[in-house]
Amino acid sequence: MSRPRPEPVQVVKQRRDAALAALVNAVPYIRFLNITFDRRGDELTSVLHFDDKLIGNPFLPAIHGGVTAAFLEVTSVITLNWSHLWPRIESGELDPEDLAAGKLPRQPKTIDFTVDYLRSGLPRDAYARATVNRSGRRYASVHVEAWQDHKDRLFAQATGHFLIPQDSASKG
Amino acid sequence: MADKTKLARQFIEAIPHARELGMVLTEIGDGTAEITMAYDKKLIGDPETGVIHGGAVSAVMDTCCGAAVMSHPSAPGGTATIDLRIDYMRAATPGQTIVTRATCHHITRNVAFVRATAMDDDVDRPVATASGAFTVEKGF
Repeated sequence: MSRPRPEPVQVVKQRRDAALAALVNAVPYIRFLNITFDRRGDELTSVLHFDDKLIGNPFLPAIHGGVTAAFLEVTSVITLNWSHLWPRIESGELDPEDLAAGKLPRQPKTIDFTVDYLRSGLPRDAYARATVNRSGRRYASVHVEAWQDHKDRLFAQATGHFLIPQDSASKG
Repeated sequence: MADKTKLARQFIEAIPHARELGMVLTEIGDGTAEITMAYDKKLIGDPETGVIHGGAVSAVMDTCCGAAVMSHPSAPGGTATIDLRIDYMRAATPGQTIVTRATCHHITRNVAFVRATAMDDDVDRPVATASGAFTVEKGF
């Protein structure tokens, strides 16, 4: 039995990146905060590009706690949504071109979100990665960590619970 | 007392991100604060419904809680968030202004405890509630 020939790498990358870009670019608030996502395989790292408008304490200066919370929440929602989309994109069930044309699946809704502020956010870029610790039929629990210069010196972390939209949950 | 309130007001109004989100401090004093944030398309989190992003609600809640701490009679200066939990009860109605109210209900030498609610025009059904712990700083 011969397995099918693998797709060319650029075809695979183009499909995955187009789907991710569609998901992220559809949300005005993500564009407003200027958060982008790097992808390695299915793993996402979000980047909060620093700007003076993100300052919360002009005397230190430090990033606004609300911006940090928003950055962590955006990372959690996109990562959770992506974890549901990935198998559907890879199986061919979802067409990234449809996603790019605005046919997006419904987003998870935040039930609660608890942010732990570990250090003040310095006036420079920040990075975050979220882990979906549980994703059931209706509810998901997501943990997210953010850092700036050193990955092992987090400046904030958070845990949130999310309600899974029923159209994406049913198809895993 | 009036000086402290004035100082807290100046501090909040000088925050670049608070200005950027269009936050307006409508009431402050004695450990309570009220901040409003008008609806804006750039705050949209769900493009299909036009509902604003939870993160924008977090930002105004965090600011309001901080303002409440600074206005408390026993607070000597500034503050920073230690932790903040937000419960999202329902989607905010698109087009309506968010009004947040925070109360610093307990303060020690080192820690201030705060509760807050966020509402839109339907004041009987809160959009979100928050509770958090904040640092008590000696200066600003």
